[in-house]
This record gives sequence, C-alpha cells and structure tokens, in this order.
Amino acid sequence: MNSILAIINKDFKSFFYSPVAYIIIAIFAALSGVFFYLYTSNFIEAAFMDTMRSQQYRMAAQKFNVNLMLIRPYFWNIALISIFTLPAITMRLYSEEKRAGTVELLYTTPIMPVQIIIGKFIAGLLFYIVLLIPTMFFQSILFMYGSPEFFPVLSGYIGLILMGSAFIAAGLFISTTTENQIIAAIGGFALSLLLWVIGWGAHSAGPLLGGVLDYISIINHFEDFAQGVIDSTHIIYYLLFSFVGLYFSTKMIESVKWRA
Amino acid sequence: MISVDGLTRYYGDKRALSDVSFHVKKGEILGLLGPNAAGKTTAMRILTCYMPPTSGAATIGGYDILSQSMEVRKITGYLPENPPLYHDMVVNDYLEFVCRLKGIPKDRFSIEIDSVLEKTNLGDERSRIIGKLSKGYKQRVGLAQSLLNNPQIVILDEPTVGLDPKQIIEIRELIKNLKGEHTVILSSHILPEIEQTCERVVIINDGKVVAEDTPENLTNHLKGIERVFLQVEGKEEDIRSALNSVKNIKSLNIDSVTDGIVKVSIESDVDLRKKLAKTIVTAGLGLVELSADRFTLEDIFLHLTTKEEAA
Ligand SMILES: Nc1ncnc2c1ncn2[C@@H]1O[C@H](COP(=O)(O)OP(=O)(O)OP(=O)(O)O)[C@@H](O)[C@H]1O
Ligand SMILES: [Mg+2]
Repeated sequence: MNSILAIINKDFKSFFYSPVAYIIIAIFAALSGVFFYLYTSNFIEAAFMDTMRSQQYRMAAQKFNVNLMLIRPYFWNIALISIFTLPAITMRLYSEEKRAGTVELLYTTPIMPVQIIIGKFIAGLLFYIVLLIPTMFFQSILFMYGSPEFFPVLSGYIGLILMGSAFIAAGLFISTTTENQIIAAIGGFALSLLLWVIGWGAHSAGPLLGGVLDYISIINHFEDFAQGVIDSTHIIYYLLFSFVGLYFSTKMIESVKWRA
Repeated sequence: MISVDGLTRYYGDKRALSDVSFHVKKGEILGLLGPNAAGKTTAMRILTCYMPPTSGAATIGGYDILSQSMEVRKITGYLPENPPLYHDMVVNDYLEFVCRLKGIPKDRFSIEIDSVLEKTNLGDERSRIIGKLSKGYKQRVGLAQSLLNNPQIVILDEPTVGLDPKQIIEIRELIKNLKGEHTVILSSHILPEIEQTCERVVIINDGKVVAEDTPENLTNHLKGIERVFLQVEGKEEDIRSALNSVKNIKSLNIDSVTDGIVKVSIESDVDLRKKLAKTIVTAGLGLVELSADRFTLEDIFLHLTTKEEAA
C-alpha cells in the first residue's frame, strides 16, 4: 500500500514538472469553456426567442429543460474532448521510466509490478480529475442562475471518471510497450479514434453489427450517464475494461522485465 | 553471503554470460573486473533480480534470486550502470521516494537520508534539482540511493565512472568504509580501482570467469618473472650481440629505436639488473636508463584475457 502511494505521489507530481501538463490543462479548459459558452448562448437564445413568441401570440411559454438541452450535450462534448486528451496524459506514464532507465530502480526495490501499475493508473486518474475541475466551475454557473437537476450532473461526472479510467488503463498499457513517448501518444490517439469511429458506425450499421459495435464502443456506454441514468451494466463495462487494461499492463512489465 | 552458481544468460542467440560461479563472504568487497561487453552488468542485473538468468542459480544472504526475489531486494542496494534518477526531482524528494520504495518507516526517512547524504558528501545539494547537477554529483545521488536502508549487500556497477580524480578517491574511501559491515560487489574495467578497494577479484571476459583470486595472489601468479626495461645508446646489432652473452634471458625485445637510443625489454626468472648494467658498460655502450618492472594486474588481465581468446 505504501509503495502504491509512493508511486501515486511521485507520478502525480511529475505531471506538473513538465510544461506539457499545463498545455493540456489550458487546452482542455479552453475547449470545454468555448463549448460551454456556445451551448449556453444557444440555449439562452432559444429560450429568449420562445418567450418573445409566446408574448406575441399570447401563448404559454414552453418549458426549457437545462438538463436536457444544455447539460446533456455538454457532457457528450467533454467526453469527446477527453478521449483525445487522455493519450497525452498516459503517453509518458510508463515510457518515460523505460527511457530514463529508472525501471532499473523500480525492478530492484521491493515493489511489485502490480503496485507500480496501480499507482500510475491512479496518478493518471487524479490528473484527469484536475482537468475536469474547470468544467465543474462552468456548470456551477448554471446552478447560480437557474435550478437544474443536480443528479444528472453527478452521474455525468461519475460516467466521465469511469470512461476516463478505461482510457487511462488502455493508454497505460500502450505506454508499457514502448520507451518512446511519441509512439505511445500516437498509439493512444489511434485507439481513441478507432473507438470513437466504432461508436459512430454503431449508429449507422445494421441491427446485429450495430449492436456489437455499440457494445464495444467505449463512448456509447457513456450515453446513459450523460442523461442521468446510472446503469450497472455500463459501470461493469468500464470497470472490466479498466481491469483488463491494468492486467495486461502488469503482465507486460512482468514479461518485458524478464526479457530485457 | 553471496553465492553464484553456473549463471548463464542469453540475449536472443547471443550468450552474454556462460557458467559464471563465484562466492562472496560476509563483509567482503569483491571486484568484478572485465573489459567492455564482458558481461559485468548482465551478472549484476541478474543478482539484483532485474532479470533472470537463462540457467544457473544464485543466492543472496541465503535467499534465492528467483523464488525469493522480494527478500533479496529488501537486503540489497544497487547502483546501476546509469544511475536511475528522475531528473525533474529535487535530491531530497528523490531519496524520500526511494525510502518509500524500500519500505522504510516514515519516521526514519530523515535519519536515513541525512546519513547517506553525509556518506556521499551531498549535504549541500539536497534541495537542488537532480537534472541540474554535474555528472559526478548525479553519480553520487545514485550511490546515495543504493545505500538507503543500510543494505547488507551493496552492488555497484562502475561506481566511479564520470568522476574527477578527487571524487574518485572519495568514493573509493567510501567503498572501503563499507567493508565489514556490508558485503560489496563492485564492477570496473579500471584495474587500479579494483586493486585498491577489493580484497578479491573475479576477472570475467567474454562472459566467462577467467581468474578468481586476491589482487596479491594474482600478481604472484607471474611473480617468477622479472622484467627489466633498458634504454641504451648505440647500434641495435651491437646491443643485441652484447646482451646475447648474458645468461638466463628468457625473452628479449627491442621496443623502439629513436635518435640512436634503443629501448629494450627483457624478461627473466632471476634479477639480471646488475649483470645487464655491467655487460652494457663493458661493451662500451651508453646506458641511459635501467629499470625493473613488476607485473601489474593490468598485465595479468591482458595475459589472461588474451590467453582465453587464443584457446
Ligand atoms: N539488453 C540487451 N540485449 C541484447 N544484448 C545485450 C543486452 N545487454 C547486454 N547485451 C550484450 O551482452 C554482452 C555483455 O554486456 P554487459 O552490458 O553485461 O557488459 P559489461 O561487462 O557490463 O560491459 P561494459 O564494461 O561496457 O559496461 C554484450 O555483448 C552486450 O552487447
Ligand atoms: Mg556494464
């Protein structure tokens, strides 16, 4: 346990030694901020137009649901930004240790491969949560000026963190296979792209193939979370995905270690 | 304390170690000596559980390196060939991280860190960023890391590489001070280093052990042979014919001729210095220099390794 904490502590801090981390935080905040602004202004415009119309025609104003029209698509947006940001977080997580030769320290001190992997995974997840903080700030604005339902927001973040775990576990595995960060990043992006495209394909493919693709696609499992539904099948899917990623990462370093 | 039995290691088809065996007693300092690519690093990586041997076995402090690797790691401190440092970290934070990896209780961190910083003379650098230290100081941080938790066994892969002469002397002193309390294996391809710090030497070449003894015994090995260097003024033929009259010369070699000064080296079973001097002077040649030379570990090393290649 202490060894895991040692790795979490070291790797979480080490994100901030590199300027890349600040660039990622800045880009993530900027993108999620711009999309928040666009969604919010669209929503306000639509609501405003409706009010105008209802006054003109003396009709009851339509009910505009913030959760449905703003928060839900916004979560989708964050999910999409996330899957293309996470490879940049995971790329150096293990590759850097191999490149710098510090694996020689990790492999000759009494820490087990599984502890190294879990520590790095948690460090990556914590950094992802840091990335999400600005979006929480944006959404809190909605609560200051309106009264959206809180639960869908909570479930959205739970979904993001679960989906993030799956991507981080997969990215960590890619990172264990190479000592080159750039290759690890490209591999991670390729995987994200593939999973994203599969999600798209699922909607346009036939019922049978579509069903299969829909299940494989990491991002489609996020759908329910974004609309405030916490379904155990999706939780299990993400946990299983993360577990498999961590399992293979551990096996990878155990075997690479024995081959080096 | 350390017992190595028939270690063999292949990298793909390439054999880096073949059937290496040796023992190290408690408190002893053993030198692992060999030229580049001899297999020193490979042997050390196997002993520190970084990777397994292809075949063979070894125990460290009674623990088997394969089946009890965690126990081995707990009692072993290791300085790899390239010090395993995180260049963005501050020295103190780095050592604290290693303390945690080694499972040292938190309340002992500062005692442990202070003690290794003192041993490696790094006290003033503790809050500097590792990446900004000079190579020699980085090496010291690597060494400091290996000494954390006061390990019974210390394995050092070329610990003085990249250090200046003053630092080399300091590190050698440090290693000598480890003697008794710690069991040390240290590798090097620099002979004086091994000669000065180690009580016993294992010489490996091309993955095989070619000799194992104390530095003194290895020198005694070839002790029967006396070597004399001469610088004589005169013609090469005259010198040869004059020296031919001296008995007991085992080999005579003209090393070079420059500006009428001939450099000669002679090997023999007995001390010929007086006789040689007399012969040259009576032959009317000018004796510029005469000196005796003992075989150094360097010679033995070359002798052993070249013999091995010829076989
Ligand atoms: N990871 C590896 N993959 C393939 N071959 C390797 C690997 N590591 C070492 N070797 C080979 O094994 C042999 C022994 O290498 P090793 O590093 O153990 O030598 P060494 O005695 O430490 O040399 P040096 O004094 O240069 O450090 C060399 O021929 C080397 O090329
Ligand atoms: Mg080496």
